[in-house]
Amino acid sequence: MASLDDLKKRISSVKSTQKITKAMKMVAAAKLRRAQESAEKGRPYSDKMNNIILNLSNGISDIENAPKLLSGTGEDKVHLCVVMTSDRGLCGGFNTNIIKKAKQYFQKVLDEGKALKIITVGTKGYDQLKRLYGDNIIERISFKDSKNVNYFDADKVGKIVIEKFEKKEFDVCTIFYNQFKNVITQIPQEQQIIPLKTSEKDENSSEDNYEFEPEEDEILSNLLPKNISTQIFKAMLENSASEQGSRMSAMDNATRNAGEMVDKLTIEYNRSRQAAITKELIEIISGAESL
Amino acid sequence: MSEEYSVEIVNPEKSFLSKDDVTEVVVPAFEGEIGILKDHISIISFLKPGIIKIFSKSGEESFYVNDGIIEFKNNNLSILTSLILNLKDTDKEKISEIRKSAEEELNKSEINDQEKYLLDQKLEVLKLIN
Repeated sequence: MASLDDLKKRISSVKSTQKITKAMKMVAAAKLRRAQESAEKGRPYSDKMNNIILNLSNGISDIENAPKLLSGTGEDKVHLCVVMTSDRGLCGGFNTNIIKKAKQYFQKVLDEGKALKIITVGTKGYDQLKRLYGDNIIERISFKDSKNVNYFDADKVGKIVIEKFEKKEFDVCTIFYNQFKNVITQIPQEQQIIPLKTSEKDENSSEDNYEFEPEEDEILSNLLPKNISTQIFKAMLENSASEQGSRMSAMDNATRNAGEMVDKLTIEYNRSRQAAITKELIEIISGAESL
Repeated sequence: MSEEYSVEIVNPEKSFLSKDDVTEVVVPAFEGEIGILKDHISIISFLKPGIIKIFSKSGEESFYVNDGIIEFKNNNLSILTSLILNLKDTDKEKISEIRKSAEEELNKSEINDQEKYLLDQKLEVLKLIN
């Protein structure tokens, strides 16, 4: 059994760890509120954008001349995956979940004999992927310096993707991120952004006759790149809310575990202290008896 | 019959402005300014850098936008833009900052005609309001 001194040391070290995790939890909770707010505020933009694009793509008559970003290159050979993770650790299964989802997809792509290219956003994703897929990673982006998620960062990623698309470096682009559902649940998502998959819900939009200025396809070709940035931005917002939520529950768990551990160690400490006292007493008594 | 309709301006971060007593909105559409009154036909268009003017019962407001898309449908006008500034409470410094970065961009060699056109537009507008 460990000596009394050792137990004392362990108790105090667990206690100080608990303090840290508690503080982290509180910080995460504060950040979560902000992140959640901005995720909610950001939704109207991406929803409206989606709506307009849906209306536009319904209006387009000849699919063949539709912009490539909408219809794709017509091939399905090279897949680009944008994996969005956090820059910081200690957030539970947050990064691992995204990576797991992404790896499944990678495997599928590779099994079908297609080429795979990866862009990682956030350092943690790169760290986890570099060993297995190091050769496939063509770009790594990190926004460690920007405090809050902002549109211009997303736009940068979007521009990189579009530039690569225009150079015909890939045919299909998918982004991976965590969708924020609530503090405990974050759902890893894969979303294909090139070619655009329009969810076929036309009930309220099919009848509209829009006037376009300039022409439809010109608007569309201007709008689609923006939409990509918007989708990425949305993913980044969801991701940051998820990250904080995940961190919060992870730290909450850690704090609770530390508390349990302190309790257990304290009991052990008291027991061994008592055992030592009893032992000493027995020694004294038996010593006195023998006289 | 009332002559009012509603307008909503959203940027990626938030819903920037929402009003439902607007009588007329003038937007800098790509092929020239459009004034939108109530019961305008459904329209989608995109914007070049310029000034959005909103006339409502409570007065007139102007905003600077960098780019954007407008959609008008069922007397609802949505304006999506990545950068929007209310001219009333924007200081000159911010504007000259944007202007400077636009000038720098213009001096880069690898821009195409359309970008150049847009940047020229931007500078002109910024000069006007500065």
